[in-house]
Amino acid sequence: MNTRTLRLALVGLAAGFTLSATSTVFAAGERVIPPSLNWSFSGPFGTFDRAQLQRGFKVVKEVCANCHSMSLIRLRNLSQPGGPEFSTGQVTALAATYTIKDGPNEQGEMFDRPGRAADAFPAPFPNEQAARAANGGAYPPDLSVLAKARTYERGFPKFVFDMFTQYQEQGPDYIAALLTGYKDPPPEGVTLLPGQYYNTYMPGHLIAMPPPMQDGQVEYPKGPDGKSPVPETVAQYSKDVAAFMVWMAEPHLEQRKRIGMMVMIFLFIFGGLLYYTKKKIWARIPAAA
Amino acid sequence: MSGHSSYVPKTGFERWLDARLPIVRLMHDSAVSYPVPRNLNYFWTFGGILVFMLVAQIVTGVILAMHYTPHATMAFNSVEHIMRDVNYGWLMRYLHANGASMFFVAVYIHIFRGLYYGSYKAPREVLWILGVVIFLLMMATAFMGYVLPWGQMSFWGATVITNLFSALPVVGETIVTFLWGGYSVDNPTLNRFFSLHFLLPFMIFGVVILHVWALHHVGQNNPTGVEVKNVAKDTVPFTPYATVKDLFAMVCFIALFSWFVFYTPNFLGHADNYIPANPAATPAHIVPEWYFLPFYAILRAIPDKLGGVLAMFAAIAVLAFLPWLDTSKVKSMSYRPVARILFWVFAVVCVILGWLGAMPAEGGYVIASQIFTLLYFGYFVALFVLGIFEKPLPLPSSIADSVLGTMKGGSGARLATATASEPQAKG
Amino acid sequence: MAQATDTSSGTTRRDFLMLTTGAAGAIGVGALLIPLVSQLAPDAQTVAAGAPMDVDLAPIAEGQAIKLFWRGKLIFVRHRTAKEIEEARAVAVASLPDPEADQARVKEGKEAFLVVYGNCTHLGCVPLGNAPGESKGDYDGWFCPCHGSHYDSSGRIRKGPAPKNLPVPPYAFTADTKIKIG
Repeated sequence: MNTRTLRLALVGLAAGFTLSATSTVFAAGERVIPPSLNWSFSGPFGTFDRAQLQRGFKVVKEVCANCHSMSLIRLRNLSQPGGPEFSTGQVTALAATYTIKDGPNEQGEMFDRPGRAADAFPAPFPNEQAARAANGGAYPPDLSVLAKARTYERGFPKFVFDMFTQYQEQGPDYIAALLTGYKDPPPEGVTLLPGQYYNTYMPGHLIAMPPPMQDGQVEYPKGPDGKSPVPETVAQYSKDVAAFMVWMAEPHLEQRKRIGMMVMIFLFIFGGLLYYTKKKIWARIPAAA
Repeated sequence: MSGHSSYVPKTGFERWLDARLPIVRLMHDSAVSYPVPRNLNYFWTFGGILVFMLVAQIVTGVILAMHYTPHATMAFNSVEHIMRDVNYGWLMRYLHANGASMFFVAVYIHIFRGLYYGSYKAPREVLWILGVVIFLLMMATAFMGYVLPWGQMSFWGATVITNLFSALPVVGETIVTFLWGGYSVDNPTLNRFFSLHFLLPFMIFGVVILHVWALHHVGQNNPTGVEVKNVAKDTVPFTPYATVKDLFAMVCFIALFSWFVFYTPNFLGHADNYIPANPAATPAHIVPEWYFLPFYAILRAIPDKLGGVLAMFAAIAVLAFLPWLDTSKVKSMSYRPVARILFWVFAVVCVILGWLGAMPAEGGYVIASQIFTLLYFGYFVALFVLGIFEKPLPLPSSIADSVLGTMKGGSGARLATATASEPQAKG
Repeated sequence: MAQATDTSSGTTRRDFLMLTTGAAGAIGVGALLIPLVSQLAPDAQTVAAGAPMDVDLAPIAEGQAIKLFWRGKLIFVRHRTAKEIEEARAVAVASLPDPEADQARVKEGKEAFLVVYGNCTHLGCVPLGNAPGESKGDYDGWFCPCHGSHYDSSGRIRKGPAPKNLPVPPYAFTADTKIKIG
């Protein structure tokens, strides 16, 4: 029937238009697709793994934060629901270990004071120029929303399926792959300039960030048996950092998915009721008056 | 078309008000007793869905404006402030961002429904042209809204689109400088885009009122394209019939909308827009939002700067002339076997243009864009020629006849039930 | 509703269905109002910014007053003279529009320092009386120029349209001349 084909075609049309949605970000150069990892926060019921976020924060604090800023993160965020959920006491204690430049005071001078929970995560460099100067001209990007700012092309038809499977973890997959993707020495035929490193997953493969971590570099909290429940390896660090970065980029993810489920259930019930109401009302029409 | 008003003021106050400002009568005549062709399918629910989307965008937009800062150094962070600190701010922002996309999904279905069923033909030319005006305003609004988060795509999208006007001879450069309020896209540009992004939806609202007025004056088209001949036989009152059907369709549409908002809120956006605007580096591949892609492809298909801009605007403007370009007297393509094929080819051409718009402008993609741009405009030429030779299928004599015919072929049981309730059914 | 009279059982079912649908719709609209309204409440940043604040009172000479902000609200800190304290304590508490003893409005042993919110309790203007040369009103305190409210040297309303005394914010002395507000 006409209507049915029309209907199908319009659905197809709408789907086709969305084709562009996941269009190329890194069009140039060859790209190695990062492996899809399992994330606790994927899917409609996904939640963050608190222990993983706490570990991720430890790595970020001890390693990443030496060069990268996290300007949108307030220390108080670390204790809010849906995140690493450190206790307020832990956050206050952590904040006090930082020195924050504040002021001016009555004498018009800037002064140092201990950090507070409401303060932003302290940046390692006062400005972009200082960050570049200290890093051989490369600017270590702010990590706050980086997990949403990094992706790779999924291609047709994968991106269409992503709409239904809710796959959207390109960011953390890429970050975790990047952190483990260093090759030293680089493959045959690649010459590196000073300050360049070879990374399989970086678009174009040349990266200015040196391999940031080694196995055992960050000490994880011990379990009851005196050993860390997860391995203290670069692979594990990378996953934990990527998960933490997803939380930083999307701190209300858990609330969003929880509310979403309630909304979907409500719409299903309300839609069903309306469907029968509509049928009932339309049954009143005479076939032909 | 609606004829005499059937509104009867019941209380004294209603009579008093009706004699002074017949607003209740207006509402009654346009949303209760207004006669609706009884054979409308679900594609006719998108008008109501679009009104809902417009209101939803205005409500969430006004709320976002309460928390947003239109300044080049603060805009990006203020959007993140909304996402992080404002109570339910993430919900407002995701509703608004995905709402824009959903608005376009609905408007494209609405437009293609009009194209298929010939809703642009006499006496609905003005109704159709008002629709094209709304579409243009929507595109302007969506474009300026996309600039406001001041990410990389915002900035470079604004740069590229405003530069379109520099193609105009003599005055082009001046127009662009005036659009920018400077010598590049910068803080003054962001400020005026914010102001206009706030204003335009209310202009859309105004044109929507005209659009609905024109619709209610000439009456709705329907899947047969045969005009209403007998109001009693061919139509049903808007309330409750159309109201409940529209509501049901709206809830289904909201479910789709919610899926994106709550589960894949960034699917329809670009990752690059989470990188703050940087005038020193263009993203490797800049692409407009999905709903602009077919037009973007037409723009890039023409190797000449001015030619590309003109082709792109012509692709929209040509719609306004469609009532006179389509020479056939038959409205619905259900009765035009050849035109129907053309329609589907056109729909596929639009999708492919959309895909080409997302591809890099190089090699085979450019040639393909040129071919499909020709096909896009070819549709309108073909409709013009076809109407002269075409032999349409026989039309039903009336809407009521077409409904009866389907029912006989379809479900006898439903016909029986409907006949049984006939005596009291006239509402 | 004329249609509803066809068969009694049909009537009940139809009405029940419609009522349920209507109720569900009302619930939906109600739920939607929650985010739309609660976004108006102070956001997380504003709430968190209200951390306690340290103020050093040593630079305030006797007879002087300073203005400062805590949680975006204006606060007056006045170093009162012995005369002002005496005046504030001499008045019969029961005769005041908003009866409150001066002792209840300052910290014991620190009577010289008065800490009050600096917005008139009438309609929120800032009363005069802090800077030298400004009118202190008829009671050696503050005078609100907007509608003519007079506050005494304890920040209590004495004359004019304001209904309440200037409220005292939460604070405590952490050292001899240091306080923590909040």
